[in-house]
Amino acid sequence: MRVKVKLFANFRINRFKQEIREYNSTMTVGAIVEELGIPDSEVGIIFINGRGTSMDQVLREGDTLSLFPLVGGG
Amino acid sequence: MTDKIYRVNMTDLTAKVEDVPDAWAGLGGRGLTSTIVAAEVPPTCHPLGPDNKLVFASGLLSGTVTANSGRLSVGAKSPLTGTIKESNSGGTSSQLLARLGVKALIIEGQPEKDSYYSLHVTETGVTITEEPDMPGKGNFAVVNTMLDRHGEKTGVISIGPAGEMRMAVANISVKDPEGKVRSAGRGGLGAVMGSKKVKCIAINAPKEAAVAIAEPEKFKAAVRTFAKALMEHPVSGQGLPTYGTSVLINVINEAGGLPTRNFRYGQFEGHDKISGEAMHDLIEKRGGKIKHGCHAGCVIQCSQVYNDERGKYKTSGFEYESIWAMGADCCVDNLDQIAEADHIMDDIGIDTIETSVTMGVAMEGGLLPFGDGAGILRILDQDVRNGTPLGRLIGGGAAAVGKAYGVTRVPVVKNQAIPAYDPRAVKGIGITYCTSTMGADHTAGYAVATNILKVGGDVDPLKKEGQVELSRNLQIATAALDTAGLCIFVAFPALDIPEAFTSIVDMINARFGISLTADDVTELGKNILRTEHEFNLAAGFTNKDDRLPEFFSREKLPPHNVVWDFTGEEIDEFWNF
Repeated sequence: MRVKVKLFANFRINRFKQEIREYNSTMTVGAIVEELGIPDSEVGIIFINGRGTSMDQVLREGDTLSLFPLVGGG
Repeated sequence: MTDKIYRVNMTDLTAKVEDVPDAWAGLGGRGLTSTIVAAEVPPTCHPLGPDNKLVFASGLLSGTVTANSGRLSVGAKSPLTGTIKESNSGGTSSQLLARLGVKALIIEGQPEKDSYYSLHVTETGVTITEEPDMPGKGNFAVVNTMLDRHGEKTGVISIGPAGEMRMAVANISVKDPEGKVRSAGRGGLGAVMGSKKVKCIAINAPKEAAVAIAEPEKFKAAVRTFAKALMEHPVSGQGLPTYGTSVLINVINEAGGLPTRNFRYGQFEGHDKISGEAMHDLIEKRGGKIKHGCHAGCVIQCSQVYNDERGKYKTSGFEYESIWAMGADCCVDNLDQIAEADHIMDDIGIDTIETSVTMGVAMEGGLLPFGDGAGILRILDQDVRNGTPLGRLIGGGAAAVGKAYGVTRVPVVKNQAIPAYDPRAVKGIGITYCTSTMGADHTAGYAVATNILKVGGDVDPLKKEGQVELSRNLQIATAALDTAGLCIFVAFPALDIPEAFTSIVDMINARFGISLTADDVTELGKNILRTEHEFNLAAGFTNKDDRLPEFFSREKLPPHNVVWDFTGEEIDEFWNF
């Protein structure tokens, strides 16, 4: 399964901005977060295909996953 | 010091010091400016005529050691919207006025003579001085002139040439701790100041002047709890200081709600080049400051100092809204050009949101191609600054330019440009745009927090459920925060950490020796909204003005292909409290 993973803010440090990643089995957001070495507690905003979602959501072939720390502005 | 009202009459060039009426004693900031405007300004008056009044008021906690309490509210009837208006700003003036015990500075009337004046506010009152050399000067020159004259610690409030020309996009600038400016940006209040012929206001407080605290020990404890919550919350403690507000460029782009090409699309191809992440890296590379506060006592430090390629100062307080408006909305993906525009707009004294959205509408009308950053810079610096006919047109704001160019996609509510979140993809903020007493204003009830950022709960941004109630609760709470003089970003911890909210109530109580409950504070917020709404109704507005422009219901916004689908009845439920 191929998933586009996009990282933002400090999640990019020592990782990447955007990558197509290959996964053998079905993966949850949480499993990908763990694989990337990002502490759960730091994850603030999760989008799959631009829609807000949660850590236990399962990804599908071709999905785009975007991960942000908890940030804000205005 | 005992609190006083300073009242300046520009018709006969006199100034008075008055006692504070009982009805105003418990108010500050927006609560006070709106109460005074509602009490003293005829709702149907011309905003640029002698009957309008310009009111400055520090927040209830300003001038104390409370973190992030240095916001200054400015109120009047708005020449852009025709509604009541409160616009607030950082800078050093709020704390100086509070320490002087000036609860409000009211400027009324209008001189017959065609000259400009400065006001000097001190512990004894206000001195009015004719300023023959001031007209035409930009804000940076005005600030420097006042600092040379009155000393480095002077607070300065000023207008640039746009305010003198009474442009609807003109703002009011407030000197920050480093001699640059912050702005009470929205609603054309600079034009009201220009119509009073006041070019600038200098404020000096004696060293020993301090705000009296009724219960110092209680106050100190609440101040500590509050500051701790601000530092602990990930948004106010880490996100905002590191990436500034423009960290939102990528967030809102990913969410499909970043208004692009004059509100045609929800995503901008050049988003990463103008993002908070890109700005952070550029500042690191070129020198400057990653974090920076707009007033002493700010612990959030969302501002920054942005240098040009040669490492020379270019702008500060380079915010998400400004970057989005000239960036995505006008399709300019060059952060240096946007920074240059930000600097020019600060100097001329115009609102970055209104002006750049106006440019987007003008681009749609064919004035410039989308993406022409150099063209925007030329129009700002040559036409708007000098008031050429084209500059005057741009200075009229997005709605005026839309009419002039026959454009139907004109993103305004009550003539005020819609800011950086498309209401089709972030429906909660759409309700705020519709119902805010200020015209389209994201700060009035920042539903983006709950719709997108997952702060203070989680409401689906693409659905209608829960949005009216969310916007209502946020607008009530925001009216109260604006009265306390607190930065809007304290809302992030206040929404998530219960002690943060209660500490705000505790601080107000200890400051004044009173015993408000959380419910009283909510009631205060409601009363402010009602007062403002009644002013607008008396000015001729109806519920039919609480609507988004038609194109939001007709045109689907990619990538989610959503439209604005609230009925009028659903929106009108907002006022059911």
